[in-house]
Amino acid sequence: MSATTLPANPTDAELRPGAEVVLRALKDQGVEVIFGYPGGAVLPIYDALFQQNAIRHILVRHEQAAVHAAEGYARSTGKVGVVLVTSGPGATNAVTGLVDALMDSIPIVCLTGQVPTHLIGNDAFQEADTTGITRPATKHNYLVKRSEDLAKVVHDAFYVARSGRPGPVVIDLPKDMLIKPAPYTEAPKPETPHRSYRPVTEPDPAAIREAVRMLKRSERPIIYAGGGVINSGPEASRLLAEFVHLTGMPCTNTLMGLGAFPASDPQFVGMLGMHGTYEANMCMWQCDVMLNVGARFDDRITGRLDAFSPNSRKIHADIDPSSINKNVKVDVPIVGDAGRVLAALLEAWRQDDTPVAKDAQVAWWRQIDQWRAIHCLAYKQDPAPSAIIKPQHAVKRLFEITRATGRDVIVSTEVGQHQMWAAQYIGFEKPNKWLTSGGLGTMGYGLPAAMGAQIANPDALCIDVAGEASILMNIQEMGTLAQYRLPVKAFILNNEYMGMVRQWQELLHGGRYSESYSDALPDFVRLAEAFHAKGLRATNLGELDGVIHEMLAHPGPVIADICVAKDENCFPMIPSGAAHNEMILGPDQEKNAAAVTDEGKVLV
Amino acid sequence: MSGMNTRTATIAVLVENEAGVLARVIGLFSGRGYNIESLTVAPVDEHGRLSRITIVTNGTDMVIEQIKAQLDRLVPVHKVSDLTLEGPHLTRELALVKVVGKGEHRVEALRLADAFRARVVDATTESFVFEMTGNAEKIDAFLGLMRPLGLAEVSRTGAVAIMRGRAALAV
Repeated sequence: MSATTLPANPTDAELRPGAEVVLRALKDQGVEVIFGYPGGAVLPIYDALFQQNAIRHILVRHEQAAVHAAEGYARSTGKVGVVLVTSGPGATNAVTGLVDALMDSIPIVCLTGQVPTHLIGNDAFQEADTTGITRPATKHNYLVKRSEDLAKVVHDAFYVARSGRPGPVVIDLPKDMLIKPAPYTEAPKPETPHRSYRPVTEPDPAAIREAVRMLKRSERPIIYAGGGVINSGPEASRLLAEFVHLTGMPCTNTLMGLGAFPASDPQFVGMLGMHGTYEANMCMWQCDVMLNVGARFDDRITGRLDAFSPNSRKIHADIDPSSINKNVKVDVPIVGDAGRVLAALLEAWRQDDTPVAKDAQVAWWRQIDQWRAIHCLAYKQDPAPSAIIKPQHAVKRLFEITRATGRDVIVSTEVGQHQMWAAQYIGFEKPNKWLTSGGLGTMGYGLPAAMGAQIANPDALCIDVAGEASILMNIQEMGTLAQYRLPVKAFILNNEYMGMVRQWQELLHGGRYSESYSDALPDFVRLAEAFHAKGLRATNLGELDGVIHEMLAHPGPVIADICVAKDENCFPMIPSGAAHNEMILGPDQEKNAAAVTDEGKVLV
Repeated sequence: MSGMNTRTATIAVLVENEAGVLARVIGLFSGRGYNIESLTVAPVDEHGRLSRITIVTNGTDMVIEQIKAQLDRLVPVHKVSDLTLEGPHLTRELALVKVVGKGEHRVEALRLADAFRARVVDATTESFVFEMTGNAEKIDAFLGLMRPLGLAEVSRTGAVAIMRGRAALAV
């Protein structure tokens, strides 16, 4: 039955309670899993959920975690993640997750309960102005005030969440709308244009031709690819590799883009940005033509803006026109989907007869090899079995041992030093295997994100590389892991500090470690056991590999408490307010940090 | 950085006439630190489905381009047009101006109002309410003259604008 065949006055038989209509619309949108937490305002939906089998509900322990879990689900599958929370505190708890998804362009549909329409504005119990609060926290939001809009709004929300630059969408559902009988409306056909939101996905051929000519003449090119390539789907990553190989250019990925290009590829120069590799940042600094595909010149990438890649002409392909010329003025703007842009670039490259500046590019690669020879990620691990574990070494061994298993590995992180070490020392060969909070930098993201990924990928090895401070922000999700028997592994680099805060205090604030020590930590082994999981601990190098093997061998959830060096800093580092060529490389050069200005401190 | 000179832009935005759309536009300006000099909004089609928002703002070229791109990606926004860039356009504002006074001042106010083509829409023995339309500069000039003559209250609509000629902003 389509919307157009609905009689003007549907008979009672064609009307179903609003909650059922919502679930039917979700099912028609292909939803299989909802992450949620019940409460008064959404009880009708929970009642409808109880009476069906098509959609599985995962009961989280906190609404923020529901959104992060949906993000992990979405990021690891390319599907839209779905969240269901109640009114008031349920909705406000979800806000951090929503902003996280907004910043990292993750498609989420979040259903929030609301007090009945006649009570809206009366300061009713568990009432919050959810659409008001989430307006700047979402890509779009809706308040349903008429039953006949219910199904239509759900379909619209999915379209908005996944189209163009993806993002989170909230649907606020007053309780009376969930009870009152409502008609069902089919989803509009894909070819029906949306009334107002029609993002451009096909790039302008003239801009593509100009980009190709610029790249062919380039003597020192760099391809800088971000999360947009991953959002476009696996085909975009394949096309990126094809383009990089066809052109022979070096490629770097942003934090969000890791996995878009294979880390083991000889043309990969590593991640760029504040804690990126020396070679990637020097490529950005020295290049003459830069091709940015699906990244947004974030301040963590550019460093000091007026010194960013000073001598290059820049090509920027992005599906969001507002990302172009926002921070960095570019020479060739291309609005379009990353996959379509890469396909068009490939075709134009093959057709264009501009000679490629080959000799110069050979010299460019020689230069890059010299930068690589610095081995910016080298660290010194004392080989004695009783030695203190370096956090970098713990991550490196985790990577090597998990890679040797041949299993499908998905890694999430919390936020801080451990996140950067994971980005530096774990090599991603494919997209959708790396889940991290890039834009918002949300501590507490990793455990629920790994949980969501594990739901979507039951056979994958899902690991949360965590810090002891971050993981405590959503540690309650250990309960969810136990309930659904999700074998997520939490790999905690425990240095008893909020490590990144401590590092900045050491480098920028005279070593005054104000409130950054993780005092009174729980015993993570016993904490794991209290949550029906396995707890493991490595206190020295001799125990590290054994703990990793044991963690991987255990069929259920595990917390591995890896006690690492407490004073280790994350390098390389571009200090705030510095340019790419002012990178600090390692402990011996730390004195350079004295050059950080007050302006730099302001930049966080 | 290029384009550091600021300019004023009059931007017309056609939006779905739905709850919260104005809050989205205003929230975008406050959230991203853009200026609003004036903002007007009203439904403009016969079914009341579309509203037109006219925003006068200022900023560098880069900021104004950002404002337009940010407006355009709001889901209920149909069209964004920078009238300042797109050629000749008309800008008008309506003002209701109350002047209170007696004697010479009252006569002078009435005389100046006539010169500015302001209409008297309310009168008592001690007051006038003038209605006038024009661009912002004309209204500013009129208010400047009324100030010493007993200007008591002003209500202004903010600018509405439209392109000259055949070209039309429509869905």
